Amino acid sequence: MRKLFAMPVLMAVLSGVGLLSALLGDDIWDVLSWLGLGIPVAVILWFAGLCLAFEKRA
Amino acid sequence: MLRARTIKIWYRVHKWTSLVCTIFLLLLCLTGLPLIFYEEIDHLLGNSAESQSLPPGTPAANLDRVVAAGLERFPGEFVQYVIWDDEEPNLIYLALALAPDAPPENNRILALDSRSAAMLNELEFQDGLMPFLWSLHVDLFAGLPGKLFLGSMGLLFVISIVSGVVVYAPFMRRLDFGTVRKEKTPRIKWLDLHNLLGIVTVLWALVVGGTGVINTWADLVIKLWQADQLAELTAPYAGKSRPAELASLDLAVVAARRALPGMSPSFVAYPGSDFSSSHHYAVFMRGDTPLTSKLLTPVLVDAETGGITAVAELPWYVTALLLSQPLHFGDYGGMPMKIIWALLDVVTIIVLGSGVYLWLARRRTPFEARLAEIDSDMLQAAAANLRR
Repeated sequence: MRKLFAMPVLMAVLSGVGLLSALLGDDIWDVLSWLGLGIPVAVILWFAGLCLAFEKRA
Repeated sequence: MLRARTIKIWYRVHKWTSLVCTIFLLLLCLTGLPLIFYEEIDHLLGNSAESQSLPPGTPAANLDRVVAAGLERFPGEFVQYVIWDDEEPNLIYLALALAPDAPPENNRILALDSRSAAMLNELEFQDGLMPFLWSLHVDLFAGLPGKLFLGSMGLLFVISIVSGVVVYAPFMRRLDFGTVRKEKTPRIKWLDLHNLLGIVTVLWALVVGGTGVINTWADLVIKLWQADQLAELTAPYAGKSRPAELASLDLAVVAARRALPGMSPSFVAYPGSDFSSSHHYAVFMRGDTPLTSKLLTPVLVDAETGGITAVAELPWYVTALLLSQPLHFGDYGGMPMKIIWALLDVVTIIVLGSGVYLWLARRRTPFEARLAEIDSDMLQAAAANLRR
């Protein structure tokens, strides 16, 4: 169970930081928010991208 | 075996809540995508105001002059709201109506320069592409019933997300995070993508979905506030008619600023409008940090004498509504946040679309076989545990 939900929980924590930080301040807080919300998008692109890359090779 | 039955129930909850709300959620995601960039698109379409280029440090004009400049163009109309632009301090908007208490949907919006009191242009907010998308997104052109209907679809979406997290476990039990089995059937590949995209964006989707639901209750929240706090604060003035001669707006705002140092006006509701009594200016003040600038504190000013009659802390339910707005719109972290918001929206569209595809593809397989697929996975896992 711990292994199963480790990454999902990490993604949720990052999203949560991203959603909140831009409300709390400007500048560095905005950047933190872009990272928090942006990393999950990058993770999706990484895994889905792997899928597409394999498909092309096949 | 009880656990397998529990999963079966969650699976059904996920399937049915999703099936009912998906078509509306697709509509919301598709119309929401351009709405993230509402201001930018409006600007491109020429439906925005530019303040004049005046020497830096030019002070703001007397507000009474600004209001007079707007009314001069439309004699016989009434001001309902004076609104400050939240990004461009030199822009000020007047919402005019044919009567002090006319429905605000029919307002005329004028943009003026706050320093020269010069009329800049009239803004279109009822016809055109963006208002069309906005109505489609907010109420399906059906007013309050439309809003509440979309809100109930949003609630189903939230339940579908929660049940989706529960059924994620049996599906992914024996797979590493992010596995996409592309060598198997298209159905399995899309099942894996559905799981990956859904679980990674789960918190964002819950927050945007949940705050969207709260926003559908906005009209009701405002009605409640009118009947509750506003009625209480203005009770001594109940039944008094709108003053024939209104006190100076400029002095009312100066008084409100003095009462709440460090805050600035967000908008003023004129006597008779939805956000005030028939006898008061309601000056809504906002804070100066990203968080407090979203929250408002009304200062009630007697529109006959110009004296402050109350400074109110908004009740929790209005504060909850005010906080739900940025969290739904994604407009509080600059352009990079808007772009990420749009990407997350596209991910949600893919999750919704793949969900429909999975349902259509699996319908050809008998339901019992599908459940057996999960069950056999679980039996195998249990057997593997016993062997260990």
